[in-house]
Amino acid sequence: MTAVDVAGVWKYYGDFPALRDISLAAEAHTCLALLGRNGAGKTTLLRIVAGFQRAGRGQVRLFGRDPRDLATRRRIGVLGHGIAVYDELSALENLILFGQLYELEDPRRAAEEWLERTGLSRVRHGLVREFSRGMRQRLAIARVFLHHPDLLLLDEPFTALDDRAVAVLQRVLQDGLARGCTIVMSTHQIREAMELATHVVLLDRGRLRHAGARPPEMLADPGWLYSRYPDA
Amino acid sequence: MIFLRHVLTVANKDLRSEFRTKEAINSSFSFALVILLLFSFAFDPTEEMTREFSGGLLWIAFAFAGALLLNRSFVRELPNDCLDALIASPVPAAALFLGKSLANLILLLLVEAVSFPVFGVFYNQRWTQQFWPLLLVAILGTWGFTVVGTMFSALTVNIRLREVMLPLLVYTTLLPCLMASMQLTTLLLAGEPLTSVEGLVWLRFLIAFDVIFSTLAVAFVETVLIG
Repeated sequence: MTAVDVAGVWKYYGDFPALRDISLAAEAHTCLALLGRNGAGKTTLLRIVAGFQRAGRGQVRLFGRDPRDLATRRRIGVLGHGIAVYDELSALENLILFGQLYELEDPRRAAEEWLERTGLSRVRHGLVREFSRGMRQRLAIARVFLHHPDLLLLDEPFTALDDRAVAVLQRVLQDGLARGCTIVMSTHQIREAMELATHVVLLDRGRLRHAGARPPEMLADPGWLYSRYPDA
Repeated sequence: MIFLRHVLTVANKDLRSEFRTKEAINSSFSFALVILLLFSFAFDPTEEMTREFSGGLLWIAFAFAGALLLNRSFVRELPNDCLDALIASPVPAAALFLGKSLANLILLLLVEAVSFPVFGVFYNQRWTQQFWPLLLVAILGTWGFTVVGTMFSALTVNIRLREVMLPLLVYTTLLPCLMASMQLTTLLLAGEPLTSVEGLVWLRFLIAFDVIFSTLAVAFVETVLIG
């Protein structure tokens, strides 16, 4: 089954075409790494797939449905540039809040479980504004995985993570893949991403330059794809 | 039922955040009180004069103080990109909007609850004589204000000059609601019943404003948030 289907998507910011006729698909249970230089259109594409923005032209379907369908939104987890948790609430309150928004049966239990998994149990009642950067990032990871999404959309998930948060993220992503989750992530940290990626897509100034299974060469040489497209 | 639960969850989150920081409510309280006190000292109005402009004075204070609250409504979601997380969640945009409006309504009613006794003391008005009709007008007027204000707060959240734009947009749209609330409050403080001919006309006008703008806001909030 196709988890993500992007067909002929264009996006303009004013007169500037941020995405030009992008078509790609991610099958269920795969991990797609979106690669490209700054300004290639990775974040714009992820935001359109996540339903935060509408495409100027073209269509996006997630599991065969519109990304803005409530049923679809229940199945996706999004981690963007921000950690998307509230500074004025405690770690536990934040996760319970999102548990309630995702209509989990027992939001408190799910929140406690994820605080445990991300090593934040001891500070569950601490306000997020008092957390270190690493703790905030781990809480963000807990928020994304709280409702066991079938599709994860991650925008540069490894950027600015400390060692512990990278380890937590790698572990939960591998667990997610093992239970059949689909992952689409944009990244500049190719080495970390290649450990998970089954497919790679290269964007260049809003255009799709390469899409396909992850070449085995990329495991040893993360820059291999860029070397094939030196102008990208 | 799920829709209502989402509305209450969002409202509860906003109220909890606000009561932790007290950023908007403190400035809103102070602003309303300062307007009431300054006006009293500047003009030293007689009881007769006060009866004529009481509605106008109170609703101008509420409107200015309310703008401070409404400005924070969606701005609260900007740090850490929390708005994205709300938009990504399976919460209908209408529930998100109504939850935020409900939180704003409660906060603004709290400001009004403090302002009325201050008004009573400094302007020598027995406002409690028509307490229930006055409460009804306060709720209807404040709901109209918060619905329009919350909608424009969502619309201007990503604009750099939102502190300027929000009052400009809100007060212009809100004129009919403010007029009706001012007229009704003045009538009630003058001892007229809400069921008087003039009172009923303004009451129907206010209810119509609330229904029309609530419907429009709920219908268009998804477009405002996503584009």
